[in-house]
This record gives sequence, C-alpha cells and structure tokens, in this order.
Amino acid sequence: MSLLIPQSGDIPLPVPGPISEPYWQGCREGVLRFQRCLDCGAPTHTPALLCAACASRSLEWVDSSGRGEIYSWTRVWRPVTPAFVTPYVPIIVTMEEGWNVLSNLVGCEDDAVAIGKAVEVVFHNSGGADDIVLPYFQLVG
Amino acid sequence: MGHPFRDVAIVGVYNTKQARVLEGHDTQSIALEAALGAIADAGLEPRDIDGVVGGIASNFLYQSRIGPAWRSMSPLGIPAVIEGAMAIACGLANTVLIATGEAGSYRQHASTAPWTRPTNEFVAAYGMFTAAEFALMARRHMHMYGTTPESMAHVAATIRNNGHINPEAVYFGRGPFTAADVLESRMVADPFHLLDCAMTSEGGTALVLTRADRTDDTAKAPVYLLGGGTDHYGPSYQHPPVWDLGGVRRPDLIAGHVGRRAAEEAFAVAGLGPSDVDICEFYDPFSFELIRQFEAFGFCAEGEGGDYVMSGVIEPGGRHPITTDGGTMSFSHGGASVQLFQRVVRGVQQLRGECLSSQVPDAEVAMCTGGGAGALFTDVLLLGKDRP
Ligand SMILES: [Zn+2]
Repeated sequence: MSLLIPQSGDIPLPVPGPISEPYWQGCREGVLRFQRCLDCGAPTHTPALLCAACASRSLEWVDSSGRGEIYSWTRVWRPVTPAFVTPYVPIIVTMEEGWNVLSNLVGCEDDAVAIGKAVEVVFHNSGGADDIVLPYFQLVG
Repeated sequence: MGHPFRDVAIVGVYNTKQARVLEGHDTQSIALEAALGAIADAGLEPRDIDGVVGGIASNFLYQSRIGPAWRSMSPLGIPAVIEGAMAIACGLANTVLIATGEAGSYRQHASTAPWTRPTNEFVAAYGMFTAAEFALMARRHMHMYGTTPESMAHVAATIRNNGHINPEAVYFGRGPFTAADVLESRMVADPFHLLDCAMTSEGGTALVLTRADRTDDTAKAPVYLLGGGTDHYGPSYQHPPVWDLGGVRRPDLIAGHVGRRAAEEAFAVAGLGPSDVDICEFYDPFSFELIRQFEAFGFCAEGEGGDYVMSGVIEPGGRHPITTDGGTMSFSHGGASVQLFQRVVRGVQQLRGECLSSQVPDAEVAMCTGGGAGALFTDVLLLGKDRP
C-alpha cells in the first residue's frame, strides 16, 4: 500500500485553448466548472462548442458542487513516463450534475479505491507556463 | 443493388519479418519491403498498381514511378482496406496497394510507446496511456457483470499460445502459457497484468486488392470482402473512456458496445451472422477487449463474454478460434498502424489455407477487427472464399 498524492514531477500539463480556458480559470479559482445547455439543461464535458445532448451552441459555464462518485478506476504500476510516481490511480468520476470527468484519486491508500465511493474535488497547483491548477479527487468521509 | 464489394478481391498479403528491433531498417524501408512482398505474393509487378493507400504507400508510388495513380491517405487498418476496395468498386483504380510499416521509432523504453500516449489537456496530466484507457472500460464491465481476471487471463494465454507455436511470431517459443502465468505476471494497469497487454515491436505489412475479373492473372486464390463497417465515437484517448458514453441517434449503442453497429451492417450485407464465422481474427490490444467484442458483435449476450470465452470456443479446434497468429500479444505490434492491418492479413492467410500454425481446416468466413472500446472505435471486416 502507498498513500496517493498529486504528481509533483515534470508531467505533461494542459495548454488551455479558447474553449477550455474558463475550465482552467475555474480551477485556478478553486472552482470546478462545467458547461450546461441553455436550451435543454444537459451538462457537457470536456469543454465543447456543442451541447452533448442536443447540439445547441447555447452553453453556459456553471459551478459544480465538486462532489461525485467513482464510476471506474485503474491503478497504474508501469508509468506512462518516468516523471510519474507509481502507483497512481486514474478514475472517472460521475459528478452530481451528471457529467463525467477523468482525474486521479489522492489522499488515501491506493487499495481504498472502489466504484461507487463518494469523492470530492481537491486542487493542486502544478505551475507551468499557464499557472495550471489540476483538479484531483479525494474520498469523502 | 448488388453486393458493394462483388467486383473486388484481395489477391496479395505479406508480413515482413517482425521483431522487437529490426536492425538496418527504418519506417520507409520496412514498409517498402512489405509493399514489394505483397505485390509478389499476388504474382504481380509494381507497374500493375494504379492506386495506393497510406502515407507510406505514397513513397512507393514515387520510387517505382507508377504515377499518376489514385491515392488515399487513409492510415489505420480496416478503414483503409475498405477505402481501397471502394476505389476499385467505384472504378477509380484497378489494383490498389495498401502498405505500412514502422521501425526505429521506439527503441528507448523508459516511457510507454509513443502511439500509446497522445497528448491531450484532459488526460495527459493524469498519466493516461492505452493500458489505463482500456482498463477503465474493463473495470466497469467487471463491476456490472462480475467479469473475472481469470477469464481475461484465459484469453491472453490462448492468444499467446497461438504465437508460441507460430514460427513467424516475435514471441515464438516463449510459452506455453497458462492463465496462472498471466495472473502472476506483474501488474501494469489494474486489472491488466503484463501478459494481458500487447507488446511493442517493429515490422511491415501490406495488401493488394484488384478487380475480381482480373484474378485469373494472380498467383493465389482470391479472398473477398463479404461486408465491413467502422464505428467511431471521436478521437482516441482525449476524453474520459466512459462505458456508457452514448450517441443521440441510437441511444442503445453505447461506447462499451462499440463495433456493434459495424458488425450488424457487415453481417447484413454479407447475409451472415455470428454463427457463420469460422475464424475470429479479433484485435487484441488487451485481453478484456476480446470478451467485449464477442458481446458487441452478438456472439453472446451482454455481460456473458467472460463465461463465453471460458466455454471452449476460442481455442484451436473451438467453434470460433481467436487471433490465430498470436496477435499483438505475441505475433507483433509493429507501431501505430501496422498491427491494425494484420488481422486482415491473417484472415486472408487462413482462408487460403496457408498458415504455418493454427490453420483452421476448411474455413469459409473470417471476421477481422481493429480498435477497441478504450480507443472509442472498432472496425469490422468479414472475409470469405466465395465471391459475394
Ligand atoms: Zn442541449
């Protein structure tokens, strides 16, 4: 067992684009944001020009509760590059608002992960050219 | 309307030597060797080619001075074969060469292979690569249906044993393997152990397609395209690989079943169903993917793929033997695209009856696939000995 923590090595960091910048700016402000359709109300992630449910272009950025539950997970022992410390635990989280986000689980032992467990977002300042803050997730309670 | 591929035949296939490292080769040289091999296998000359598919085939076009010729850049496996066949069916070309290869692009192994880790702002920082992408799909299936690591290990052992006895496989003679061997190998991305995963290697491969009315001049019995299709949900490895990712046109077709629509269309065009398939040359990037494909294509019900692969159907001598040359786990995984053509090459070799190992006797229909749920695409091609 080992305690899962955010990666601190020279990992590849996101380069925000015009569509995704509001997402990353939210992270810098400590808020996880997603897009919601003004026509049908459906959530969309990853950041897009079109609603994933009705293809409307009328999307607004809204704040997420930051809470969700683990939808699927894996535990990586062979790192994608030497910059990553293993084990690390990629997870897909289904957020309370009904959208899915990919992240890593932190703040617990690696064998604590399970589908259905409640999680909440935590932010980690990763630096880089765009002063990137990455959303990670930790178990609740 | 008649069958869309009635007037097209596959008449040449060739794999170069496949190896962990091909000394003295680079990507261009091994792809050209593959091209010449497939043309020779067809009993043709370079000057007989008037269409090429793939970025590397274009180099052949220039070197052999066979231009002007029809050309497509379609790079990835079955869609390229379908596109070449369509060019012939539409009268844009008479004889099409599809060639690819890769060597020298991945020899320093501190990181996973370059084709396993596309950069993207929503996945790269979380250490994602192909094994993790496919693992997220497999884990969800395990959660929903109780699918076991043992059933995945049985798939991996079966495919690796096919490679163990194939003198052309990179891992020839490395076995035999039991499911226990797979489960005891080190963990890569839970639930995948090292032996649940594809290898990395180098190699080239090529195919030649021509008009069905020209096969009197070719060296070997023609093989026909009975049906085919491609299912794609978007770019690979850029968005969360969610099993339940759905489309708005057919909400029943979720990403976990990717390839179902392609298979339905291929079977419909062919007038066949899963029970007619004699050889399952299924793409095998990770062991779970075979379990998933049997479900997606309708060989068994959803959630029953684990039991299905344990029921004796996938081994040599079973009703639906899988990935008979050893696949990407044991035969070769030659780069970003080479291995995506090699299920088709093997399907042709099986229907010709020329395999050096694991030859399925009297096979009539081969189902060849590419891709997988973790990559959000699956392509399907049905091959047969009889002209449709
Ligand atoms: Zn909408």
